[in-house]
Amino acid sequence: MNILKFFTAGSVDDGKSTLIGRLLYDTDSILADQLEALQNSNRKNDDGTIDLAILTDGLRAEREQGITIDVAYKYFQTDKRKFIIADTPGHIQYTRNMVTGASTANLAIILIDARNGVVEQTIRHSYLVSLLGIKHIVVCINKMDMVDYSQDVYSSIIEKYKVLAQQLKLVDVNYIPVSALKGDNIVQNSERMDWYEGESLLHFLEKVDTDNLDKSQLARMPVQWVIRPQTEELHDYRGYAGRVLSGTFNLNDKVTVLPSGASSTIEKIEFFDQIPDAAHAGQSVTIHLKDDVDISRGDTIVNASALPQESKLIEADLCWMDGRALDTSITYLIQHNSKVTKCKISEILHKVDINTLEKHPADEFKLNDIGKVIVKTADALAFDLYDDNRANGSAILVDSRTNLTVGALMFRAAVE
Amino acid sequence: MSTYNFDYLDELEAEAIHILREVAGQFEKPALLFSGGKDSITLVRLAEKAFRPGKFPFPLVHIDTGHNFQETIDYRDKMIERIGEKLIIGSVQESIDQGKVVEQKGKNASRNALQTVTLLDTIAKYEFDACIGGARRDEEKARAKERIFSVRDEFGQWDPKRQRPELWNIYNGKIHKGENVRVFPISNWTELDVWNYIRRENIELPSIYFSHEREVITRNGQLMAASPFLNMDNEDVVFRKQVRFRTVGDMSCTAAVESEAILIDDIITEISSSKISERGARMDDKVSEAAMEDRKKGGYF
Repeated sequence: MNILKFFTAGSVDDGKSTLIGRLLYDTDSILADQLEALQNSNRKNDDGTIDLAILTDGLRAEREQGITIDVAYKYFQTDKRKFIIADTPGHIQYTRNMVTGASTANLAIILIDARNGVVEQTIRHSYLVSLLGIKHIVVCINKMDMVDYSQDVYSSIIEKYKVLAQQLKLVDVNYIPVSALKGDNIVQNSERMDWYEGESLLHFLEKVDTDNLDKSQLARMPVQWVIRPQTEELHDYRGYAGRVLSGTFNLNDKVTVLPSGASSTIEKIEFFDQIPDAAHAGQSVTIHLKDDVDISRGDTIVNASALPQESKLIEADLCWMDGRALDTSITYLIQHNSKVTKCKISEILHKVDINTLEKHPADEFKLNDIGKVIVKTADALAFDLYDDNRANGSAILVDSRTNLTVGALMFRAAVE
Repeated sequence: MSTYNFDYLDELEAEAIHILREVAGQFEKPALLFSGGKDSITLVRLAEKAFRPGKFPFPLVHIDTGHNFQETIDYRDKMIERIGEKLIIGSVQESIDQGKVVEQKGKNASRNALQTVTLLDTIAKYEFDACIGGARRDEEKARAKERIFSVRDEFGQWDPKRQRPELWNIYNGKIHKGENVRVFPISNWTELDVWNYIRRENIELPSIYFSHEREVITRNGQLMAASPFLNMDNEDVVFRKQVRFRTVGDMSCTAAVESEAILIDDIITEISSSKISERGARMDDKVSEAAMEDRKKGGYF
């Protein structure tokens, strides 16, 4: 059994929280005392049934305003899979939260209100999904009960969406007509839409192959911590602890340590009391090298035959996440895996109007703005392009005045 | 390429180890908050996997309400001896004696809320800049929205509206002096995941997690262990019952559940079919719908 991490994008009124509530409710993932709290709540649907949206509306501030203000994580499992949902709000001012929720997801659910079809925010959400490189997309046409379960309505929305998907180069797009409120096609296939021959949402999520495990040849492990017990019996012990970002390291593999460029060979791989022959993407291990190289936190061990790019000048997509606008005159910190170095945004190439997808020249970058920039770093970064290797192609910007995370970066090219 | 099996427990484990190593790498004076409960016991195992054969780069910190189950204290002391790591105890009794907090009165008095003061004092005394805790997002609605690296201000307060975005697997632990970060490596685990992990790793637990006969009373519809720490009066009838505890907290606020489960397998079966969530056995969450949100804002774990 593996884990599928997905996120849901939709507006306050698309019934997103209801959809998640429905998935939890119909998979028996709500326990009695939570249900009791739900039933005791004053919020009910018009027909007196429980308002499932309450299950994800966590904080009092949200209950008072009736909206979702942050990313909420929910968990459920079936016999086939374990699911982690990032419930992200659709309000424009919360783009940063959506980017946050999407950054760890390998599948996105995009909700469309059947009554409204493809609207401005559908474009916005789909653009963000493409920007963050989420390969699998399920477009749920929701509120089918409000349009008499009409196949014509469904088909015309799909036709419109396909144009958008092509424009955004989305690859794996799937469509399901649902009513989260009534439970149609969420867990069970709906009898009210016998014209729909596909699977229910849950069955689709259980089966979709998201390739959680990275099969690339780009073996990378940023060193997080050097284990040196310095005891008498372990006097010479020196283990490099980290999580393999991508690819596979095998015993006796030739590796390069960046940024120093030193070469060595993998002598031993340790995982607590085990000594495996290989370390794969996703695993947290300890690596020993044959040669005595100087390695510390922030360095990266990589496969010597597939080196990453190294540059101090990188073209990247930037999503700005702070109330204080980008200041191109000051120095920020860039955190790329375990490496932190100083940087400046040396140039804003363009900003994207995420409602129309048009690019505009810009000289300012404010909260929720997205666009392309050139980052100039103090130390060279050893990185891959985001599309080739998400884990080694992303970074965050930190404002050292406030210590807040102010930007998300997706590397697109090394600047020569 | 060799094939390998990397199931959901492996993935959760690898993520937690990564987070623990980030704490070691990013902070000067981290600490691991150890309650004696199964979640913090799981954290200790994960820390062993992250740092052995080296020492932990942090001490364990126990905030001791003085109202503990003796079994938990015995377990704690034995475990510390086994792993050979440093233990720091913050005492709620001391905070009371110093007049920093006042013992609650009345039938439902508990020291749970008082812990926050002792915790914050302990953090200040040792200047901890990061405190690792065993909270999980599936426990409670407010926790579902908390980051893995959760920044607290000087007063230990959590501000849900000012959380830093947390992207990919990059954790921003930068803080100003006086602030600290609460770190939750098992945020993405569910109660069942923890139990399955404990079974797989063969981790020993305090005996109160398993079915045993105990003197209890009924309080607000729940079974509470009869103890000198509970304010009892003539209306409270003490009787014996076969019970176990699903969480381990202060004796005055942790309810027992009726159970025959004596093995981990029994417990996993019981939880899988159970219709009461784990925190349902915590009186402290029942005060209001926003109880946890308020306590977290005030500096609670």
